[in-house]
Amino acid sequence: MRWLPPNGALHGFALDRLLRWNLDVVFWLFAASQVLLVIALVWRRRVAGADTPVPSRSLATRLLTEWLPLLAIAALYGWMLVTGHQLWAARREAPPAAETVRVEVTGVQFQWYFRYPGADGRYGAVQPELINAPQGNPLGIDPGDAYGADDVVSSILMLPAGHAVDLTLRSQDVIHGLFIPGMRLKQDAIPGMIGHLQFTPTVPGRYSILCSQVCGLGHGRMQAMLRVVAEADFDRWMAARERAALEAHTASSEAAR
Amino acid sequence: MPATFTRHQVETERRDTGYGGKPPLDRRPTGGGGGDENWDSRPSGRRGPRELLMRYRLAVLSILTADFVFFAVLISVFFVRPTDGHIDATAGFVSDWHPLSVPPILWLNTAVLLLSAVTAEIARRQLFHEIDIMEEWLGLGRPAVRRAAPWLLATVALGGLFLGGQWVAWHQLAQEGLTFATNPNSNFFYLVTIAHGFHLLLGLGALVFALAAMFRFKRVERRQIAVDCSVWYWHAMGVFWAFIFALLIFSQH
Amino acid sequence: MSTPSAASPHTSPPARGFLSRIFTTDASSLGILYLWMGLVAVITGTLLSLLMRIHRVWPDYAFPLYGTLKPEDYLALVTMHGTLMVFFVLTVVPQSAFPNLILPAQIGATRMAFPRINAAGFWITLASLLVLLAAFFVPQGAPISGWTSYPPFSSFAAAGPGQGTGMDLWLVSIGLFCAGAIASSINYLVTIATRRAEGMTWSRMPLTVWSWLVSSGLTVIAFSALTAAAVMLIADRHLGTSFFLPAGEVINGIRQRNGSGSPMLWLHLFWFFGHPEVYISILPGMGLASSLLANFTRRPVPGYRFMVAATLLIGVLGLGVWGHHIFVSGMNPYAGTAFGLTTMAIAVPSSAEVLTWLAMLFRGRMRLTSPMLFTLGFLSFFIAGGLTGPILAQPALDSYLHNTFFVVAHFHLVMAMAGVFSVFAGIYYWYPLLTGRRMNEMLGQLHFWISLVGAYGTFFPMHLAGLAGEPRHYAQLSGTVESFASLIPVERGITYSALLLAAAQLIFLFNVLWSAGRGQSLGENPWQATTLEWSPIVHPIVCAGPYVYGPGVAADSDFLPQWARSASNTSSAGSPGRQSAAERE
Repeated sequence: MRWLPPNGALHGFALDRLLRWNLDVVFWLFAASQVLLVIALVWRRRVAGADTPVPSRSLATRLLTEWLPLLAIAALYGWMLVTGHQLWAARREAPPAAETVRVEVTGVQFQWYFRYPGADGRYGAVQPELINAPQGNPLGIDPGDAYGADDVVSSILMLPAGHAVDLTLRSQDVIHGLFIPGMRLKQDAIPGMIGHLQFTPTVPGRYSILCSQVCGLGHGRMQAMLRVVAEADFDRWMAARERAALEAHTASSEAAR
Repeated sequence: MPATFTRHQVETERRDTGYGGKPPLDRRPTGGGGGDENWDSRPSGRRGPRELLMRYRLAVLSILTADFVFFAVLISVFFVRPTDGHIDATAGFVSDWHPLSVPPILWLNTAVLLLSAVTAEIARRQLFHEIDIMEEWLGLGRPAVRRAAPWLLATVALGGLFLGGQWVAWHQLAQEGLTFATNPNSNFFYLVTIAHGFHLLLGLGALVFALAAMFRFKRVERRQIAVDCSVWYWHAMGVFWAFIFALLIFSQH
Repeated sequence: MSTPSAASPHTSPPARGFLSRIFTTDASSLGILYLWMGLVAVITGTLLSLLMRIHRVWPDYAFPLYGTLKPEDYLALVTMHGTLMVFFVLTVVPQSAFPNLILPAQIGATRMAFPRINAAGFWITLASLLVLLAAFFVPQGAPISGWTSYPPFSSFAAAGPGQGTGMDLWLVSIGLFCAGAIASSINYLVTIATRRAEGMTWSRMPLTVWSWLVSSGLTVIAFSALTAAAVMLIADRHLGTSFFLPAGEVINGIRQRNGSGSPMLWLHLFWFFGHPEVYISILPGMGLASSLLANFTRRPVPGYRFMVAATLLIGVLGLGVWGHHIFVSGMNPYAGTAFGLTTMAIAVPSSAEVLTWLAMLFRGRMRLTSPMLFTLGFLSFFIAGGLTGPILAQPALDSYLHNTFFVVAHFHLVMAMAGVFSVFAGIYYWYPLLTGRRMNEMLGQLHFWISLVGAYGTFFPMHLAGLAGEPRHYAQLSGTVESFASLIPVERGITYSALLLAAAQLIFLFNVLWSAGRGQSLGENPWQATTLEWSPIVHPIVCAGPYVYGPGVAADSDFLPQWARSASNTSSAGSPGRQSAAERE
């Protein structure tokens, strides 16, 4: 399992355990079946010649050699289904956490943008007509909307360790796939739809954010950085960014006036 | 490049006599005399007068299965699309699905299509009328064809009328400013009616072919197949239309 | 390959000229034509994949006459590789070439039910291939949105190079392919239902025929759905509709046409086609594996009815599992659970077939010929790729593994390698039927072992890359943030193995050509097979089941051909009329 990237999310430990268990079982089944194939290859000459009649098989033998393995395998699949479902239900069918750090993730060819709602806790409205990346408004935030004044738009995802996070997934153009291997997270950002993804980062560090759904010629370089930091560091970073956002907002509205 | 099956002709080649020398009647052999009348145990090509007909009917059934899935997918739009929408600037959910008032002429078209199904069925039955077919089979003229032709002709005319009516309906909608690209509901309306119209056009071609076949084909069975298959296809298209029409009338939301 | 066959006396009139030879309605000639088509597609597709492999590990390598690959070139290669392999190799060969070559003979029919519809199917499919390949030569080149072509990436020419004319050609090609596949499948369905020889009851049909029956039924359903979806996508692109078009679409900072449809609809429709498609391409291989294992172990298939039931069950369940491709699309989590359940359910009949095959290996004395070796290879890959299926069927685990190389490894093993090895098994097995000669055994064994090593070397390490989180469709490993440096040796190994795997196929091509003239010449029925394609009789009367093998089943041999009139009561023989009447009750 050294192949898996280091896990930094709360749910990732259970997922890794489940994945490891699954891979172990499947690997040994694979190995056993290949050994059977090799035995059949090597052993075939020892089987008696063509004149031996087909052995008639008793009911007990047939139950043992034919139905028992099938039942065992079906039971294994059932067990996989149940354990997998437990994890899935805990992740997706449970009610969302009440207190979350909220971040809106927007996929654009070929860039991820992360928007924090700011001190007021609400995102400003976005309008597709206002999208203008060269002039510093890649998300099309409506300058007339007061809620948008303190919205922080970032190209890295900064999160405090130990807090539940709620990601709002959006896309401007085509389907992108938000994939954070270190957080064991993946969900598509589908244009026209709003998706939600909840998780809790626990281990501070740097994690890469990738795009997992082919989205255009820059698909391979559509990457961003997730930084999980201590809460105090996060608050400091957030405050600085909010201040900068407010200043920029005031400046631009004065210029507009 | 032709394949070379290295196969010897051990058995003398049996000629495919086709229908076992029986008239192509719409009646199953009932046993009781005539010996082994169990067609299915006979070699292919000798399984009774209805073998070829059943083969073609099976093909039509397969085609209709494919068509059924095709229309089911198109119609899924009607149920899925109204649930799509987007969140607008004031965070309200906006659905752009607007009810579409169906042009009244569609009622007339539907009646015409249903009527055409009746005439088609009458034509089809003429081709299986036992006494007439027996006469045709014995080479005593073509009474079944003579009786069926007008009905088939009427079906073609009614089918043409339906397509013309659809054309008028599209025209009327366009006059109201509703074209293919106007809104999601008009997208759906045009897509499904054009797809259906295209299928009906194919059906019309089949009916015309059957009409020609009745006079040109020498074998009675072939004439039956041409008429039977095109009429079954026509019926299916009628049923599809009835469903689409009911959907358009009663499920607008 | 010389003269027209004597096997189809009704359909091959004396050659009237060039045109009637080209536009043949003879099924076996069409089968050969389909094989050529598959060969062209597989060579093209393999070359594309080699370019991809080379570019991934040596991104700066300048190809002669072209130069270095741009990222969009890489994505065009991925798209065309996928489309060619899935449609024109893994569908065309098992589901078009083999049925045309074998199906009529195997049920004792002298010809197809609808030879002209069948021939039309071939020409439509050929047109589809030509249209697809033409996409390479239009301005901006081939489409880059992968073989799944998710909108709105596939809705706008602005979304990327190749998404204009190239995408249009792709859609037209797929539409044509659907029409051709449906036409051929209708013909196979009716042929199986109505043209079986005297005594060829449903319970005497070889398992290959059952597989073709089920996969043809799936073709009729799945490809119709794809046709409808393609029509809607074309309307979105050119007629201003918005079936798959979301609201507020902005590409490259430019506002696009507004809709408020949903790309999700395409995802569902495409995979409603896409998953049955997997079974369309692998079911014939599964049927063939049963037949060949019976032949080369000289023992019957245990539980024939059980195998038929499993095949039918796979076909039915195959229509209800498509959602497992879109677990991470943000669909309803309860739907994820439901699709996980159906997917686990379909693993059960598949496992039942695998267990049956494994049991067959130990029931008789194995004849280790090249077709048998390739069947064992099929079995090995089917197990290797199949076992990761239940892992990917769990939405919780798929939410990490989705669209990583783990999935690439999974479907290349279970669908591509298993499918191709069963195609090889079929070609080695039926080659004597086409040429009267056997393919060289030594070359065949060499081809098998090198291919086996090459295929495992190529696709097994991809599991590791997937576990490390490497996504698909990446033109290069190193990105701005994540470099996957630890994977570089693995990726190198994969590329070397892929080159080895491709090189091994040269042995096969040489063997095919060489053996046609110089292979060992054999009498009829060289494999001592029971099924009707080996029958020397044109109008056989079937008196036995398809797999009557084993000592004592016939007076002087260990097999009872289906066409032999059995005198003894060792088999389930009787008068064919009485037998079939009894079976009907």
